[in-house]
Amino acid sequence: MRPLAYARVSTVAEAVEIVAADPAGAFLAGGTTEIDLVRLGVARPDLLVDINDLPLHDIEDLPGGGVRIGALARMSEVARTPVIAGRYPGVAQALLLGASQQLRNMASMGGNLCQRTRCAYFRDGVSPCNKREPGSGCSALDGLNRGHAVLGTSEHCIATHPSDVAVALVAFDAVVHTAGPGGARRIPIDDFYLPPGDTPDRENPLRHGELITAIDLPPAGIAERSVYLKFRDRQSYEFALVSVCAAVRVEDGLVTEARLALGGVGTKPWRSRLAERRLLGAPATAESYAAAAAYELSAAVPRRHNTFKVELAQRAIVRGLTQAARGGMR
Amino acid sequence: MNTAIGRPVDRVDGHAKVTGGARYTAEISLPGLTYAAVVGARIPSGRVESVDASRALSAGGVLAVLTHENLPKIAGQPRLLPSLLGAAAPGQSFFPMQDAAVHYAGQPVALVVAESHEQAQYAASLVDVAYRREPSITAIDEGRDRVYEAQRLFGGLMPGRDERGDVGTALAEAPVRIEAGYRFAANHHNALEPPATTAVWEDGRLTLYDSTMGIRATQLTVAHLLGLPLSHVRVITHFVGGGFGSKAMTWPHVTLAAMAARHVGRPVRLALTRAQTYTSNGHREEQEQRISLGATRDGRLTAIRHHKLSITSHFDDWAEPATGVSSQLYDVEHYEGVHSLIHGNTMTPTFTRGPGETLGVFVLETAMDELAYELGVDPVELRLRNHARTDPRGNPWSSDGLAECLRLGAERFGWHGRDPRPRARRDGDWLIGTGMAAAAYPVAFFMPEQRARARVYEDGSAVVQTGTQEFGTGVLTVATQVAADALGLPLESVRFEAGDTDLPNTSAAVGSAGAGMVSAAVHAAATALRDRLVAMAVTDADSPLHGADPAAVEVADGRMRLRDRPETGETYADLMIRRRLADAEEVGSWTPPPLTTPHGLLTFGAQFAEVAVDPGLGLIRVRRMTGVFAPGRVLNPKLARSQLMGGMVWGLSQALLEGNEMDTRHGRWGASNLGEYLVPVNADIPEITVEFVEVEDDVVPLGIKGVGEIGQVGAAAAVANAVFHATGRRLRRLPLAAELVMDPPASS
Ligand SMILES: Cc1cc2nc3c(=O)[nH]c(=O)nc-3n(C[C@H](O)[C@H](O)[C@H](O)COP(=O)(O)OP(=O)(O)OC[C@H]3O[C@@H](n4cnc5c(N)ncnc54)[C@H](O)[C@@H]3O)c2cc1C
Ligand code: SF4
Repeated sequence: MRPLAYARVSTVAEAVEIVAADPAGAFLAGGTTEIDLVRLGVARPDLLVDINDLPLHDIEDLPGGGVRIGALARMSEVARTPVIAGRYPGVAQALLLGASQQLRNMASMGGNLCQRTRCAYFRDGVSPCNKREPGSGCSALDGLNRGHAVLGTSEHCIATHPSDVAVALVAFDAVVHTAGPGGARRIPIDDFYLPPGDTPDRENPLRHGELITAIDLPPAGIAERSVYLKFRDRQSYEFALVSVCAAVRVEDGLVTEARLALGGVGTKPWRSRLAERRLLGAPATAESYAAAAAYELSAAVPRRHNTFKVELAQRAIVRGLTQAARGGMR
Repeated sequence: MNTAIGRPVDRVDGHAKVTGGARYTAEISLPGLTYAAVVGARIPSGRVESVDASRALSAGGVLAVLTHENLPKIAGQPRLLPSLLGAAAPGQSFFPMQDAAVHYAGQPVALVVAESHEQAQYAASLVDVAYRREPSITAIDEGRDRVYEAQRLFGGLMPGRDERGDVGTALAEAPVRIEAGYRFAANHHNALEPPATTAVWEDGRLTLYDSTMGIRATQLTVAHLLGLPLSHVRVITHFVGGGFGSKAMTWPHVTLAAMAARHVGRPVRLALTRAQTYTSNGHREEQEQRISLGATRDGRLTAIRHHKLSITSHFDDWAEPATGVSSQLYDVEHYEGVHSLIHGNTMTPTFTRGPGETLGVFVLETAMDELAYELGVDPVELRLRNHARTDPRGNPWSSDGLAECLRLGAERFGWHGRDPRPRARRDGDWLIGTGMAAAAYPVAFFMPEQRARARVYEDGSAVVQTGTQEFGTGVLTVATQVAADALGLPLESVRFEAGDTDLPNTSAAVGSAGAGMVSAAVHAAATALRDRLVAMAVTDADSPLHGADPAAVEVADGRMRLRDRPETGETYADLMIRRRLADAEEVGSWTPPPLTTPHGLLTFGAQFAEVAVDPGLGLIRVRRMTGVFAPGRVLNPKLARSQLMGGMVWGLSQALLEGNEMDTRHGRWGASNLGEYLVPVNADIPEITVEFVEVEDDVVPLGIKGVGEIGQVGAAAAVANAVFHATGRRLRRLPLAAELVMDPPASS
């Protein structure tokens, strides 16, 4: 492991100032992503600024019905908070289906949003990888790409974003709050994730030294009947081959409102707006779900080992919508 | 009499392990200890053009950087032989850093020694190695034009071909034929503890702390490589965090640690990283197998042809033997087993739990399932009808039990009344199926003499020692049980010591042979000591046993007494104190029967599984498994059950999850950690039932055939056969990944 310095801060302003001042500085929250990447030689900070003492741990109701989740709230805490479990079941399920209990106890929400891809070429530290070393090429395009994305890909990178909870957050239009050298910002979560394009090394619009302070969920509405389904090779402790966050409102047999987002198949947590539009006004049947799914996936660009994901994602969407239409998981 | 053998005694090392008191090799700290880190080659084939160590040497705490340019030459390369044989056992007959050639990715090209583990790891990342890349072959698909038939395997120990009768004609004439080919991804062992070695030199003598399944093999191999007398190499191993074959042979890093320690003149610890375990201690080779069965309409096998093709290194003809069971389990006149190889740019593959036969049996037993469907015969009945009464030479089995395992398994599992039609049962989105397989595994028998020492003190407590090692199987516990019974002492009075080559020798504990041979040696030593003390008593005029026939004396709770007049007797302690003996000691030994023993040697079992398959999403969930085994004498049912259950979990894992793909462009494995290489988690493991069938065996040591491998063998086939029953589809690859299982299959 590279030698590095460590600092512990107690205010947001201090955290921002110290990291902003050091081009090789980085925030450290739960460390479940950051320390791995430092050990692997993929992240190369000279200074880790520990933010765990900052007052960003709370989960509070917002006037008007939404919820504010502090950036340092732990995944496990958020999942078991009654407001989240009760009003945003898809969010709670996405959290509980991620990582392991031990990791969830350690991992923060802010860190979760910033976690890096699990692409093995990115993490091995030596293979050509545009995300790790811009301009070096993408080993996954013609390599082992079973786990890679089929939506939102570019010629430069096809890595998936691995977060589960981010999928649920994009489904329900969460907003990311930040504090940075230039002041505070609020970024709608769908804009928080950048498609790889020709700069796959840039995954989000955070400037150096900009800190996530909170994540706001708007009033629940349809989220209250949401589901999150995750399909993977083993039954726990693995990232998704495909995951689906879905919520549907059905009146008189017709879909009047729908939310759909996908994990495991997109280069970013994938809000499925094409499918959502297709569903509006359609009969709440497996056929219309399948048609909407096919429409969403029509833009998919599969590679040698992940072709199956195009089909798997569609079947998963049908399962998700069917279950959501039945009234969610309860 | 109350015996310890056969009781579900708790592990003697359990307390130390759960409290963290057990010290593993990478935890041994010594004064002046330094730390080595290996730099592995990034290319699979070519040469090291240059090594620039300047950045590494100027990093903090760095003591030395060794490369092929400054590492001393080895004294000699021992032949590759299985460690059970009791000779030197290098994992491969190639030792790195002797010249600039690179034969596989991960091959050590430099070694950094520093004051701390972290400093060594960091400096290793600063060693700049320039390579000249040459073309490589790292997967079967790249080498199909270079296939050759292996004449001999295992350093010449085993023939690559096994045949009898006229398979070609018999298959051509068979009224029913089943033919199928399978592909299997490479497997890695993933022992929880990555291998580690600590080397200490003192006056030209070397002490190695090594995480190995065979301290004796380490001693012999390192002594040979370094040209040292055996008396100058001592190997110590207290606890090993799992091996599964990865620590059965002595790999280059062990000797490199010794060389590094000599170079810096201080003790060196070399602990491989998790990623390095995928390129440092062998693997189960990527392979293909083809099988043809010929049978009569009434379900009698007439011929089997079983071929294996796999990829080996450039320096060894290594294949896990896959045809030892298919040639023997069933009564079949015409047989042909062939191993073919491709030389490739991987390290030499090695033993991996259920070596060879686990996949050989997978192929045989899925073919038997197909045959059962073809003939409309119940799969259990088909096995019963064909099970051989003798081995192919006509020798009776040392013990059998297959039929009993099949029958008991069928009963416990609830096999009878099964509707054999595929896709007949449903549960919501899930298709339900059941499947079974016979299991068999060869009893390995080619170890040399095994020795142990037993000592009783004047207070009636005992110490028993032998040079084996504990890697999780529970050998310390069963050896304690054996010693206690043979000495006639309560379990608490016996301490068992192992893990040091200065103790009496035993071979590496591999091939399920560990418990049997260690127990046999311990039994011999303890019995010799008891006999001596009894002899002393019956010839001692002051003993109540004076004049008794030694054969009429038994020992219980440390007291020698007449079997038919138990009130007459005295304790070991009484006798020894009277005779002013502070202790008494014997060395005992056990030599296996010759390989030519007129007996067939297989351990038998039967496996049953129920699965649920969601064909739309390609998901498989195993709902329950039942395994019934006839492993001979069971010394400790609790430990044996755990071993067998662990084996069944491995089988499930092999069927559903495990496999490492090669990126042939880079010549590197796709997975190099436990996030990428999938093994099951608790949620994947269903209810597992393990049952025993008792068989008496007076050929194998103490009647023990071993439980290390048989639990795994056949389990994957039972799962795959259940998947067929659920879905009606035969899937010809492992692991059974979602994309294979999805039905209808993903198009485009
Ligand atoms: C074995 C394993 C399995 C996993 N499985 C899953 C899974 O199935 N599903 C899933 O969703 N996740 C999974 N994860 C990922 C896990 O959820 C993330 O590692 C975790 O959420 C990161 O949070 P952290 O607090 O530990 O972040 P850190 O590791 O401390 O930080 C991660 C990154 O975020 C930055 N950062 C942290 N906090 C902030 C902030 N407030 N503002 C700006 N930047 C910040 C850090 O600088 C760093 O770059 C898994 C992780 C592991 C190790
Ligand atoms: S997919 Fe992206 S992360 Fe993976 S190798 Fe290509 S550029 Fe790197």
